[in-house]
Amino acid sequence: MLGFLKKPVVVTAEINMNLVALTVMGLISRLWGLSYPRAVVFDEVYYGQFVSLYMKRIFFVDDSGPPFGHMLLALGGYLGGFDGNFLWNRIGAEYSMNVPVWSLRLLPALAGALCVPLAYQILVELQFSHCAALGAALLILLENSLITQSRFMLLESVLIFFILLAVLSYLKFYNLQRHSSFSGSWWFWLLLTGVACSCAVGVKYMGLFTYMLLLAIAGLHFWHMIGDQNLSNVSLMCHFLARGLALIIIPVAMYLSFFYVHLTLLYRSGPHDQIMTSAFQASLEGGLARITQGQPLEVAYGSQITLRNVLGKPMQCWLHSHTNTYPIRYENGRGSSHQQQVTCYPFKDVNNWWIVKDPGMQQLVVSNPPRPVRHGHIVQLVHGITTRYLNTHDVAAPLSPHSQEVSCYIDYNISMPAQNLWRVEIVNRESDTDVWKTILSEVRFVHVNTSAVLKLSGASLPEWGYRQLEVVGEKLSKGYHQSMMWNVEEHRYGKSQEQKEREVELHSPTQMDISKNLSFMAKFTELQWKILTLKNEDTEHKYSSSALDWITMDTNIAYWLHPTSGAQIHLLGNVVTWASANIAALVYTCLSLWYLVRRRRKIYDMPEDAWQLWVSAGGICVGGWAVNYLPFFLMEKTLFLYHYLPALTFQILLIPIVLQHLSDHLCRSLLLKSMFSALIVAWFSSVYFVYCTFRPVTYGEPSLSVTELKDLRWKDSWNILIRKQ
Amino acid sequence: PRPASGQDYISQRATRPSRPPRTPSPRMRRARPGAARGGGPRMPAAGGGQAEPGPRGGPLRRRESRRVPGGPARPAAAAGPPPAAAAAGPPPAAARPAALALVTLLSFASRFHRLPEPPHVCWDETHFGKMGSYYINRTFFFDVHPPLGKMLIGLAGYLSGYDGTFPFQKPGDRYEQHNYMGMRGFCAFLGSCLVPFAYLTVLELSKSLPAALLTAFILIFDTGCITLSQYILLDPILMFFLMGAVLSMVKSNSCADRPFSASWWFWLSLTGVNLAGATGVKFVGLFVVLLVGLNTIYDLWDLLGNLSLSLVMFGKHLLARVLCLILLPLALYTAMFAVHFTVLNKSGPGDGFFSSAFQSQLIGNNLHNVSVPEHLAYGSVVTMKNLRMAGGYLHSHWHLYPEGIGARQQQVTAYLHKDSNNLWIIKKHDSDTDLSVPSSPVEFVRHGDVIRLEHKETSRNLHSHQHEAPLTRKHFQVTGYGINGTGDSNDFWRIEVVGRKTGKLIKVLRSQVRLTHVATGCILGSSGKTLPKWGWEQVEVTCTPYLKETPNSLWNFEDHINPKLPNISLDVLKPSFAEILLESHMVMIRGNSGLKPKDNEVTSKPWHWPINYQGLRFSGVNETDYRVYLLGNPVIWWLNLVTIGLYLLITVSTAVALKRGVQLTSELKELSRVVLRGGGQITLGWLLHYLPFFMMGRVLYFHHYFPAMLFSSMLTGITWDTLLKFCAAFLSPSTTARKVYGGGFLALVLLIMYSFYLFHPLSYGMIGPMASDPSSPMAGLRWMDSWEF
Repeated sequence: MLGFLKKPVVVTAEINMNLVALTVMGLISRLWGLSYPRAVVFDEVYYGQFVSLYMKRIFFVDDSGPPFGHMLLALGGYLGGFDGNFLWNRIGAEYSMNVPVWSLRLLPALAGALCVPLAYQILVELQFSHCAALGAALLILLENSLITQSRFMLLESVLIFFILLAVLSYLKFYNLQRHSSFSGSWWFWLLLTGVACSCAVGVKYMGLFTYMLLLAIAGLHFWHMIGDQNLSNVSLMCHFLARGLALIIIPVAMYLSFFYVHLTLLYRSGPHDQIMTSAFQASLEGGLARITQGQPLEVAYGSQITLRNVLGKPMQCWLHSHTNTYPIRYENGRGSSHQQQVTCYPFKDVNNWWIVKDPGMQQLVVSNPPRPVRHGHIVQLVHGITTRYLNTHDVAAPLSPHSQEVSCYIDYNISMPAQNLWRVEIVNRESDTDVWKTILSEVRFVHVNTSAVLKLSGASLPEWGYRQLEVVGEKLSKGYHQSMMWNVEEHRYGKSQEQKEREVELHSPTQMDISKNLSFMAKFTELQWKILTLKNEDTEHKYSSSALDWITMDTNIAYWLHPTSGAQIHLLGNVVTWASANIAALVYTCLSLWYLVRRRRKIYDMPEDAWQLWVSAGGICVGGWAVNYLPFFLMEKTLFLYHYLPALTFQILLIPIVLQHLSDHLCRSLLLKSMFSALIVAWFSSVYFVYCTFRPVTYGEPSLSVTELKDLRWKDSWNILIRKQ
Repeated sequence: PRPASGQDYISQRATRPSRPPRTPSPRMRRARPGAARGGGPRMPAAGGGQAEPGPRGGPLRRRESRRVPGGPARPAAAAGPPPAAAAAGPPPAAARPAALALVTLLSFASRFHRLPEPPHVCWDETHFGKMGSYYINRTFFFDVHPPLGKMLIGLAGYLSGYDGTFPFQKPGDRYEQHNYMGMRGFCAFLGSCLVPFAYLTVLELSKSLPAALLTAFILIFDTGCITLSQYILLDPILMFFLMGAVLSMVKSNSCADRPFSASWWFWLSLTGVNLAGATGVKFVGLFVVLLVGLNTIYDLWDLLGNLSLSLVMFGKHLLARVLCLILLPLALYTAMFAVHFTVLNKSGPGDGFFSSAFQSQLIGNNLHNVSVPEHLAYGSVVTMKNLRMAGGYLHSHWHLYPEGIGARQQQVTAYLHKDSNNLWIIKKHDSDTDLSVPSSPVEFVRHGDVIRLEHKETSRNLHSHQHEAPLTRKHFQVTGYGINGTGDSNDFWRIEVVGRKTGKLIKVLRSQVRLTHVATGCILGSSGKTLPKWGWEQVEVTCTPYLKETPNSLWNFEDHINPKLPNISLDVLKPSFAEILLESHMVMIRGNSGLKPKDNEVTSKPWHWPINYQGLRFSGVNETDYRVYLLGNPVIWWLNLVTIGLYLLITVSTAVALKRGVQLTSELKELSRVVLRGGGQITLGWLLHYLPFFMMGRVLYFHHYFPAMLFSSMLTGITWDTLLKFCAAFLSPSTTARKVYGGGFLALVLLIMYSFYLFHPLSYGMIGPMASDPSSPMAGLRWMDSWEF
């Protein structure tokens, strides 16, 4: 214990100065002049609004991905002391003084810079030479598109960082596997793999594909372990459990925790409230909660309620009626019942109030004690202001002729009897005797005579219906769709029989706090479901491109243009690197096929361990490229060039691998080898030359003249902005 | 080497002699040494173990030792097990044809029972019956599926004396005197063939009669399969070819030991024929092409690793497969399109989906046999057709855009019908001389010219400006502007032909033209959205600032009137067969992806299908109607579902056991081979026919699952057979093992039959109260709320 008395404590540190140098160069290239331009650059306009909302703790839903990436950006804003007051409405708008531009852009830039040493380490762990690893790092360093994407408040560089980190830690783990299983560093790298994977998925859903790739590789490696007869069944089981814990359970838990933090941070109601259910809205401070606090929970006969459609599409709306009637004849000549219109109205209105009435009794007040309405009970719904009954009958609805018209019944004495009995069906009930609850219960109204279901058709009525949404009785009810479900939002117990007094009634004494009833898991499930299913209208964008354009870089994106001079920033890659990466992938595939066929015929071109290296390097790089690229062909969203960057990173890592392989195995003579090295040097200088050529549009300075800009337009399809003189 | 297992062996050996000598069934005796040998790798080989003199009788041992080298799967006909063991042991030679005959008979009986009922149009018969009629009447139509299925329906109708006069307007229309039985009978016939096909496939894969029988019974007694086979639909035809392809693939695999023999060639080319058939009915057939392709690659890879095979021989193998599985199907597929276009030579409802050049080939189309001037000139009167599918003609009329929607100028729309308001005059942008004077010289319009388009009826110019378009807010509004042809500089458009150099002439019909607005740089296009009432529900025309090459922003000239130019016959423009083939595929693909679900519409989700969540109403809604409801027999479907899980479990444990080097008896090895190889092929088929639906954006229906369901049923047969055999193998050599096997099998079959007895009204028709009514015969059978019968 007191050994230091006898022997001095000696710390020998081994520092790979190359790695340090690479890191420093990466930091310089990504952080140089980071707060220039002090203006909103491209998608900063999109992510910035979320950062502001985080700062103000206002709830939002973003369908572009899970919240971790947004939270990281917001962390930058928090560290920089951003108060969230900036109007993110226009690309190119000058930042006001309160926006800490440098710290907002810092995290993505750091992530982008660290990709350089990560690339080096990955190649080292793949057991390629130091020279190849250096080459990979330098190629990443000099890739203009990665630089551009890292220098702004965007998420791709963060995604790429976590993806590379996950790959690296898995490789470290796998290399430790051979001699020191279950050691401290073994556990560290295994756990880091899981953590990095979940972070990648948390930043963008694209990370999921790399996670799947790593899972598949881990599964394959484990499969080889199963065949190893030296391992006992018990230790095999331990290995299996350790992997399951680190690669599945921890990522899932981390993913949930992102949402937990997200929901804890954002507790105020905001612009996206109406996408969520009433129960969710009620859990946010400010919005619906103000109204619903202190409402009675159980709906009883005599309750006064507003009914919100659960679907919330095309917009949230409440069941509504007003004194106007359906026109006797529609424009297309069909007739109507000429009874009072029932619609769905997207705004709060006194005409949204309905009273639940027991068909057997006349009174419209809640008895004492209240008689709650249960699943399966039959009720009448009385419109509060006009005291007419909700009714449906065998008359075609105005816009959906296959469904029944829903009206508030007016007795014209024309042998068209009232059919106003509705059966209450609680869809999310736990038992068949459940009570109809405010906000929480999702209810279907089934018409007793015709078994039609009250439904929001989604169409909006013409002028005579004030463009409100059409409500119909759906006879051929196909399963349970949210457009047929309604929930009570505002609710009070009716106390007065008199029409006049009804609107000034007091709240009932049964208090409840609904936000406490919604558990984290319920909120998470709802939010996750909304994120996945929220469909934005497909938008056209000037710089959108198709996945096929990316390989050859036929497209670019103009990120920013100086308001007066010709200085501008483009997302443009290093042409030589992109082309070489494509060639490397092609060479790799062809060579692998060739080797495979020859091995099948028992002709071995290289030693077994070299072959294993070749396969595992290709599995990660080509596999990483494929999983990050091919899924885009199946996606129907608007695509941009920057979506290709994770795939490109993997492809770049492949270049030195292929080059080293060519030099080691195909250049047999010394002369050939030195010629090959000379070629590589020449090629690398061209990479550097292209990087320098495009540096002005990568960093946005210096400003170029018109002729210089025209010279940069190497491809006709590139959109370089040239000011009209 | 693990000592523990050696001890197992010893203890088992020790107990064996104490067993009373009796005559167990042949297969149980085999299980016994297997269990012993399962212990460790050091155990003596099977033959050695058998040779020891034991307490058992001589003849029995002889029978056993004969079986071991032959492999347990070979039928031991001479052994003649008692009839009760037929289900358990290898069956006698006569059992197989008899079983095949039995299942075929049952299958036909179940499919043809009450076939004429209901005598009205059911569900999609309204489409496919109608299309069959189109073939008989030779009118051109458009459908998103390739033509073979409908051609066969048409052929069946034609041969059975149907004259093509029934309109098939909507479901529920009575057939009256029209002969529809030929078409239904044809589909039912193909649907009945599925059962023997599946039976033979499973038999080939598992070499086990019970497995094959179980599969056959599942398919015979599944209400969904029965219903789907009884009507004029594409599905029975598709599934016939699909199962045919699988069967012939499996058969040709088992011919692998005698390559290039007659039967090998026969099955290989039959696979190709069936592939062409399956793809020719629906594009879903491509999944089975994928299945066969993967199987072939696996096969070739195997051959490549076989060093005793010279590369020349391997080349022959490769060529044979290329010939039979690629070239032959392609040729057949092309041939069926050739027949399709030859038969359908009259203009019909499908014309509008195709290009003008194609329409000129159809008898009765207004482009047929007309002659127009070939090259566009100034002063020509033209109509312009949008190139998007079912795109309309550029149209304008006297009505203005309403207040509040852009500038209050004259509307410009796309209109699908021929109309004099579709006519436009091409004028020079800078001079307004009357070009119709016969004396003025003819000047052709060239690529890159700036022109003005004047609407003939209203004399207003095609105009655009930076107001937002009525529906697509990001685009600019297009209007008719000016009086008597005098407007402003916003009326100038640059005309460009796709893929052409400056100065070239512009051809009628053939040239794909883009009109660029000179002032704003936007491109004239049709968004495809329907305008509201004020726009007469015509299609919106906009000027899009996004310079993307889509058919939305391309146009061609269709009518062309210019008295000063010589007319040429449009036959010159006749597209080649390859062009027609390509065009029809483009149209089909676009049509398929165009079948998007509308908002608020309840659609069937792929995850609904295996759990039999919701069926399809084929006929009848109300209590008095004759109701048919397409729903799988829930017992069978849930059995299938459970089996997939079971199969995964068995596969994983078997694979891990093999990988861990656990020694298995030859019988268990054979079983695991069946599970891994045969079951694997079937599972792959199931995955290929199911998973892709998760990625499809189009509207999906329950019946899309049925091809996958066939695979799932075959898997059920194989898995349960294996499972019961495993159970039997691990039980001691007593009659209990046999009882477990036979009893388990019998229980499954009885369960399937009883559930069919319960649910058969779903297929054969229900009349009377709905199932929600307690007095209905189906009361209590509505196990899920989502079923609607």
